[in-house]
Amino acid sequence: MSDAAIKVKVSDIREVAPTIREFTFTPLKGEFFPFSPGSHIVVEMLDGTKKIRNAYSLLSDPRDPSSYRIAVRLQPESRGGSIFMHQQVKLGDELSVTPPSNLFSPDWRAKKHLFLAGGVGITPFMSYIPEMLRRNADFELHYLYRSTQTGAYADELQSMLGEKLFTYDSATSPRADVGTIISGCPQGTHIYICGPESLIESVLAQAEQTGWPKSHIHYEAFAAPKPGKPFVVELKKSGKTVYVSGDDSMLEALEANDVEIPNMCRGGVCGQCITPVAEGEIEHRDEFLSKQEKDSNCCVMPCVSRAKSGRITLDI
Amino acid sequence: MRVAPKPIQTFRDDFTYTNSDDAIKRFPFPFPEDEYMYSVNIEPHALPGPEGTVYEHLFDIDEHYLSEMAERKIVLEENPQRCLAMPHMDLACWDFIDRAMTTMSQDYPEYFSLQKDGDLWTWENRLLGIHDTFTFGDSDTLPQPALEYMGCQVQGDIAILDQRENDLFLDAGIVTCPADWSLAFDAGMSFSEWHGPVPLAHEAGIFERALKYLTAIPVGRPVRRLNWTLTINARMDTSPETYPNWGTDRDSITPENIGAKVYLRVELQVLDRMPRSNGLLFSIRTYLISMNDLVTNPEWAKRMHRIMKTLPPELVEYKGLSRYHPMLIKWLKQFDLEN
Repeated sequence: MSDAAIKVKVSDIREVAPTIREFTFTPLKGEFFPFSPGSHIVVEMLDGTKKIRNAYSLLSDPRDPSSYRIAVRLQPESRGGSIFMHQQVKLGDELSVTPPSNLFSPDWRAKKHLFLAGGVGITPFMSYIPEMLRRNADFELHYLYRSTQTGAYADELQSMLGEKLFTYDSATSPRADVGTIISGCPQGTHIYICGPESLIESVLAQAEQTGWPKSHIHYEAFAAPKPGKPFVVELKKSGKTVYVSGDDSMLEALEANDVEIPNMCRGGVCGQCITPVAEGEIEHRDEFLSKQEKDSNCCVMPCVSRAKSGRITLDI
Repeated sequence: MRVAPKPIQTFRDDFTYTNSDDAIKRFPFPFPEDEYMYSVNIEPHALPGPEGTVYEHLFDIDEHYLSEMAERKIVLEENPQRCLAMPHMDLACWDFIDRAMTTMSQDYPEYFSLQKDGDLWTWENRLLGIHDTFTFGDSDTLPQPALEYMGCQVQGDIAILDQRENDLFLDAGIVTCPADWSLAFDAGMSFSEWHGPVPLAHEAGIFERALKYLTAIPVGRPVRRLNWTLTINARMDTSPETYPNWGTDRDSITPENIGAKVYLRVELQVLDRMPRSNGLLFSIRTYLISMNDLVTNPEWAKRMHRIMKTLPPELVEYKGLSRYHPMLIKWLKQFDLEN
């Protein structure tokens, strides 16, 4: 990250929902790159001596290089990234971020786009919408939230999108019926989902039932790695031993010990950090490896996955 | 001192193309070792590169600029299918326009200038006498389709790859000087599909590793690699579409004309992330040097001999060298007597 990092200044902080804070970053030097809809950046947080790096979707207009905006939902049971953003980061602070990368690009060949956002999962669609409007693309946004916690930008979206927007506030109304939403869409529609695992799973299940082509379904599943039990990693080639605490990801622990592993999404999706395993059983938590690869125990995505037992050996 | 573009020379019929001493000196000789084998030879293309070299700028403009632009025009008139852009690639084509105009006007201010007034841009190309004002992103405000307009002002072929589902698709391009591949044939193919014919490399897992690397290229951090083959005569357009025009050239090689007629053809391939579209710009800048010019550098002459001697038979066949490969080794031997 060090050589590609961009230094930014926190130029605005807003409460956009009871548990969601929006941060505006402006560049310390020059201008940002424009970016493509659905892009994310990785924000590096220095909490004392501990480095946390989390990926967040950009939610500003992709053609506007004057600032980048992200929104962070407070996850009290997480490993600390969101708590740090909510409690430590102040107006005027300087942070390091990566240039934007994109693992959730719209497929512009689609006849129609159907967006399903759950809670803070609205963020990538915030960067889709200005570009969709500019191109006069046919799209619908279905936004599921609970207004006592989430529901950021609902009013703003209402005035921008009118009848293209459908909101479902589970605090005041019945849950959305995913099956009905999907079945109303013409052939050639691409579905995009961003939100909690339960939403992604229910849409995927519905889509499978209705025979929706897999190539027409896109979802952004990556989330910050979840904590687990501590374990020890032995490195076969370098002979190093690295201790992974319950709150650190294996990737973070390796980095803290000067073991550099290529990485991008840090959330088990992009496949960049794939690492061969020599010994020990893995608790696979990624979306990248196939079931076969996971069962064979050949490799691990250290950004999210952990050891099943107390010790594993990596072939690096 | 940079060499200014020369008057137009030809890459067909009478083949008047020549390299000046300076062009020979800056030729990107592609062999770092005495033996050649495929590898993922990709490295960062840090800009600006060393002054005067082909790596100095993102788009290298050299003494052959006018000749190559004239050649491109001839090819496009003969076969408009050499420039294709699928409708979903429109924004990616504009990303390319931005990248080309912005860098070229900064890198060669004597030849190109760009003025921006919001989305209203004015571009001047003094080498080709082009002066246009247009609205950025609005293809109707350009005199030609976006990719063709810009592609006819940069040397080298351009492909723009769409990135979807962790793969790359060849969905746009302007390709008039290919080393025996067809844009119309490869259009829409995925990365492993369009590399299908390459021998040996699939088994070595090279394409999987390369794809993983390429899909992760961030904005503003281009990478490059060199590729090479041999071509008979200084012919830029060695495409499958025109094979009847050049396929039989391989039979015309004799020990007497081999130094003048066989050219080392080197492609400087640069991959650069397009910010607004997430497309990947793949520029393929071709450099040609005759064996006679190449052997004026004794180190290159020796190495060229060793490379040819040890080239695996599969590559001799794939690169289309079979007919004259033994003759070339024999001819090169005079510059590498101890080997």
